[in-house]
Amino acid sequence: MGQTLFDKIWDAHVVSSAEGFPDILYIDTHFIHEVTSPQAFDGLRKRGLPVFRPQQTVATADHNVPTWDQHLPIKEELSRYQVDMLTKNCKEFGIELYGLGHPYQGIVHVIGPELGITRPGGTYVCGDSHTSTHGAFGAIAFGIGTSQVEQVLATQCLLQSRPKRMKIEVNGKLQKGVGAKDIILYIIAQISAAGGTGYAVEYAGDTIRSLSMEGRMTICNMSIEMGARCGLIAPDETTINYVKGREFAPKGEEWDKAVAYWQTLYSDEDAEFDSVLSFRAEDIEPMITYGTNPGMGIGVTQHVPETASLDIKEQVSYKKALDYMGLHDDEQLLGKPIDYVFIGSCTNSRIEDLRQVAEFVKGKHKADNVTVWVVPGSKQVQEQAIREGLDKIFNEAGFPLREPGCSACLGMNEDKIPAGKYCVSTSNRNFEGRQGPNSRTFLASPLTAAASAITGKVTDIREFLKEEELV
Amino acid sequence: MTQTKTTMATKIFKHIQTTVVPLAIENIDTDQIIPARFLKATTREGFGNNLFRDWRFDENDQPKPDFVLNNPTYSGKVLVAGKNFGCGSSREHAAWAIADYGFDAVVSSFFADIFKGNALNNGLLPVQVSDDFLQKIFDAVAADHTAEVEIDLENQYIKISATGEQENFEVNPYKKACMINGYDDIDYILSQKNKIEEFEVR
Repeated sequence: MGQTLFDKIWDAHVVSSAEGFPDILYIDTHFIHEVTSPQAFDGLRKRGLPVFRPQQTVATADHNVPTWDQHLPIKEELSRYQVDMLTKNCKEFGIELYGLGHPYQGIVHVIGPELGITRPGGTYVCGDSHTSTHGAFGAIAFGIGTSQVEQVLATQCLLQSRPKRMKIEVNGKLQKGVGAKDIILYIIAQISAAGGTGYAVEYAGDTIRSLSMEGRMTICNMSIEMGARCGLIAPDETTINYVKGREFAPKGEEWDKAVAYWQTLYSDEDAEFDSVLSFRAEDIEPMITYGTNPGMGIGVTQHVPETASLDIKEQVSYKKALDYMGLHDDEQLLGKPIDYVFIGSCTNSRIEDLRQVAEFVKGKHKADNVTVWVVPGSKQVQEQAIREGLDKIFNEAGFPLREPGCSACLGMNEDKIPAGKYCVSTSNRNFEGRQGPNSRTFLASPLTAAASAITGKVTDIREFLKEEELV
Repeated sequence: MTQTKTTMATKIFKHIQTTVVPLAIENIDTDQIIPARFLKATTREGFGNNLFRDWRFDENDQPKPDFVLNNPTYSGKVLVAGKNFGCGSSREHAAWAIADYGFDAVVSSFFADIFKGNALNNGLLPVQVSDDFLQKIFDAVAADHTAEVEIDLENQYIKISATGEQENFEVNPYKKACMINGYDDIDYILSQKNKIEEFEVR
């Protein structure tokens, strides 16, 4: 019987496998950041252990950093202390740090791929659930807790049981204005925020194949939002072309050898999956979430579901979510006034996202009632955007381009959405308080976010695109 | 099992009998369990103070009387919650906060993967029961807030003491041995260091 892509990569990384034990899985690169690593370093000190393979550990500061005036000391004391601790720990244990001010600094899931550290066939972990992003390269990548961060620092391995395998196929042609973010929000809305739990999900089908690496990263990034252990996409020409020539990508003979191996990385025709789901690209509208988990999403023209339509056991949680969001049964989000637009996060802060937004907002201006933040995923993305003149387009549109970091995705740094305010956000989570205490998040694509910033209300990007075609 | 108990033993869990704290909300994500703004500590201690922070306290840091942790009627070593508990962020701080507050186990009809692993690594037992059994626990506590449950890890069952109704639960045999004996993952992996080094030269 054939093997799945996931199993091929997993098997190539099993150090030891024993009955009744989880496998000992070798980790190619361990990404760390300031929030989930300090207790792990403390653990090493208590054990008197070094970092086993410091050269396979890459650090950056992203969660706690301000996205304005990064050259100044971090104002918030605890944030500054945590970032300083990372610097100290990296120095003590011999780990490369792309900290604030470094040309490679950025969101951990943006810098790994753009530096050519993330490659097909590899295993990647990080103390951050959106590590699933790296699976876009045809790699096994997932988030871990701090005890496991300590485990990987100490051994370069992780004890892990093999998850079940799921294939999600998307075939067909996307409507204009519909992109990768809409695809993944649609899938999660179909299968729920728990629909992928226990699975490694391989995304396949011609629609997925047609996506750029940036789009594929957006898809894999949100695998965790349906509970999946990880998401991955078989590498192809698009993948290889993206990796080629990047800073840490293999070169010369090594490159040819690597590519030859990467070309063997696909699920065999007769590979068996524990679950297979199929969706049609034509069915996908621009998506928006209305509730407090990413599974609570609808097409932008649809109405919020009625409480009575749900299973009685789910109604209490559902009503709590609608109350929090200040919405009611059967309400239409289209046309609802908003207060903030956040374009950024490890889901949608890559150069392609910024280019797409810039192209759309060129010559337009944001509505007066909306504050817009555009936060690049990395220093390299920021500089590329400036080289291409995107910052000027953004400024003229009232969309200031900030400095790289996780920003308003998680309500941890200075960028928070105030209580009660609505934010159309390109990030990945609409949990209660996620963007700041009592903030209200509508998750959407960069294009939907940009269009909503222009009109000041939740907007169907397709209407704009139709008008522009007429002109 | 070849593990040995050494320096960093995890908290031991074998058997408990206790009243419970019911929280019948589904999809409780780790941002609710511990909001990101409280993740700035660099040690593992003290997160219990901010467990369910924004459900537990208002914007002036005053306890919200309608939240179950602020209701003196309910107490106990077991948190019972709706399905898909612990979804979202991988922050282990969520498991630390629940354990630091004083819970030894969480019962739900479904757990998110990463949370489940983090809990097991901290001696906090995630007990996954059927939807029906979960409802029975909620019903038992609604009828009598002093209703107790018994959780036995060795024999992998949970019982509602008053009615005697019980259900078996699954747990990874390796993690079970770790929790009963206080074994530690890193010691186990390092016991196979030669295999790691062999793998690296392959």
